[in-house]
Amino acid sequence: MIPKDLLYAKSHEWCMVEGEIATVGITQFAQEQLGDLTFIELPEVGDTFEAGSEMGSVESVKAASEIYAPVTGEVVEVNTELEDAPENVNEEPYGSGWMLKFKIKGAPEGLLNAEGYTAVIDSESH
Amino acid sequence: MKTIFEKSVAGREGCWPCEGMSEEAYIPSELLRDSDSGLPSASELDVVRHFTKLSQRNYGVDGNFYPLGSCTMKYNPKFTEIAAAMPGFTQLHPVLPQLQGAGGLCQGALEVMYETERMLAEITGMDAYTMHPMAGAHGELTGVMLMAAYHRDHGNKKTKIIIPDSAHGTNPASATIAGYEIVSIESVDGIIDTAALAEVLDDDVAGMMMTCPNTLGLFEKNLPEIVKMLRKVDALLYYDGANLNAIMGKMRVGDVGFDIVHWNLHKTLATPHGGGGPGSGPVGVSEKLIPYLPISRVAKLEDGQFYLDYDHPKSIGYVAPFYGNFGVFLKAYAYMLRLGGKGLTRASENAVLSANYMRKRLENHFEIPYNRICMHEFVASAALQIPKGVHALDIAKALLDKGYHAPTIYFPLIVPEAIMIEPTETENKETLDTFIDDLIAISEMANTNPEALHAAPVTLPVSRLDETKAARAMELTSDL
Repeated sequence: MIPKDLLYAKSHEWCMVEGEIATVGITQFAQEQLGDLTFIELPEVGDTFEAGSEMGSVESVKAASEIYAPVTGEVVEVNTELEDAPENVNEEPYGSGWMLKFKIKGAPEGLLNAEGYTAVIDSESH
Repeated sequence: MKTIFEKSVAGREGCWPCEGMSEEAYIPSELLRDSDSGLPSASELDVVRHFTKLSQRNYGVDGNFYPLGSCTMKYNPKFTEIAAAMPGFTQLHPVLPQLQGAGGLCQGALEVMYETERMLAEITGMDAYTMHPMAGAHGELTGVMLMAAYHRDHGNKKTKIIIPDSAHGTNPASATIAGYEIVSIESVDGIIDTAALAEVLDDDVAGMMMTCPNTLGLFEKNLPEIVKMLRKVDALLYYDGANLNAIMGKMRVGDVGFDIVHWNLHKTLATPHGGGGPGSGPVGVSEKLIPYLPISRVAKLEDGQFYLDYDHPKSIGYVAPFYGNFGVFLKAYAYMLRLGGKGLTRASENAVLSANYMRKRLENHFEIPYNRICMHEFVASAALQIPKGVHALDIAKALLDKGYHAPTIYFPLIVPEAIMIEPTETENKETLDTFIDDLIAISEMANTNPEALHAAPVTLPVSRLDETKAARAMELTSDL
């Protein structure tokens, strides 16, 4: 259920690092908790973020929630399809529901592997 | 039910009182439009029946129980309507007190505003009030602007406002609109954690916004320490009065150390709201913030005459046209006078008693995450029903079938599958018991027949709405 090849933030974002590019989205657990997404607000190409800072927000029928940058770097690509198809995040959070690509500055820090993230989910669901 | 537009038949119309009358008799012909207005054509009886049927589908507290947590949907006694409908008030032009020599014609209205401020100040222990904000969130914005004015005047460079995750949902929005950066702190065991506060508290903090009891219905027992910590960095403490219904006559927020407070008159002092009427969000302040209050302010001369005082050079200026929602002040004023101090205290006591009674009777049927003495509301969760595939939403919809307005669900966010119930002091024990029995029956149904709950509601004019589609494919206008 939780892909082994990704890194995770405690705030429920995932991150796939390939060279200096990190692809970022929110996890299966996050989309389940939020329910059907209705609106996603993402930053623009060229914006820069510190790891852990707020980079956008998602809205569902239940709630609105912030999303945080899992890495420090500059946004180089935004998944604009999500504007019209927020359901992609519900259906394929690790696939067509990806949100941003970052050009990373420095090595990612403080992220969890699949095992560590499983422990976070377990503690939150009990 | 068809819309009035679908019922329209070309050429059908009501009748004019006299033979041969028409639009031209009232409106100069050069002002009449050339093209069709697109408004429906219907007979008088069609129109009367259409809107009467719509009104019968309306749900209000006059009809049934409305336990919408955080909203305080209590019954509004009808004598307050009599006060607000008195022609001496309704026929008054709002510009009158601003006209030279006309002050004598509106002394009663000015006195109501002056006295209402004084009573709100007495109940909350604050030094002065502005009645102008039009509703709670407007009061919050006004309050945060007062905070900013205070810091500017003192040469303080402050950029942040702390908001605990148990605060009211509108607080971050109000502080953001006022230009502050929001710092959120996590609660521990349902209340503010002073260690978490200490971690984020520095000289950049302009203030903290909180409500007590918080949105979990729990009393913030670390308050005295929180006040001390904030004072050290000259940060102000804002009280969101959304939950004042729980503490009237028991705790004066000014005495505890709050610097700014807003009321939701339309919640706490029994005036209609939630589509039933306008709100009102008066803001009270401690002495050091008085110079910044919005203008105009009602003042009293030595001879007992009231007038509008604009001479406050440090004021943040105008926040509303005229003086706020005056009709709501009248209802709140009448309500406070009728109940008196003892009556208001009893209202709070009964609100807290009702919530605790329901919590105790439901605790074996629903998970109650912070199950201890609560204030005027409590938060249950659908966690026990989740294994059967039944969510808070299904329970809320099933309650509609039983004839209730649903409680607040999925708020506060810190409780998953939250069901937030606020019974208010105006419901009798029989109503509370019937509601509890119905909720217990629904929890049993989650075990025996969860499918039936997924289908709810089945007795209403419309069945389960597709909320996702409504939000994703919004259509807010109609082509006339």
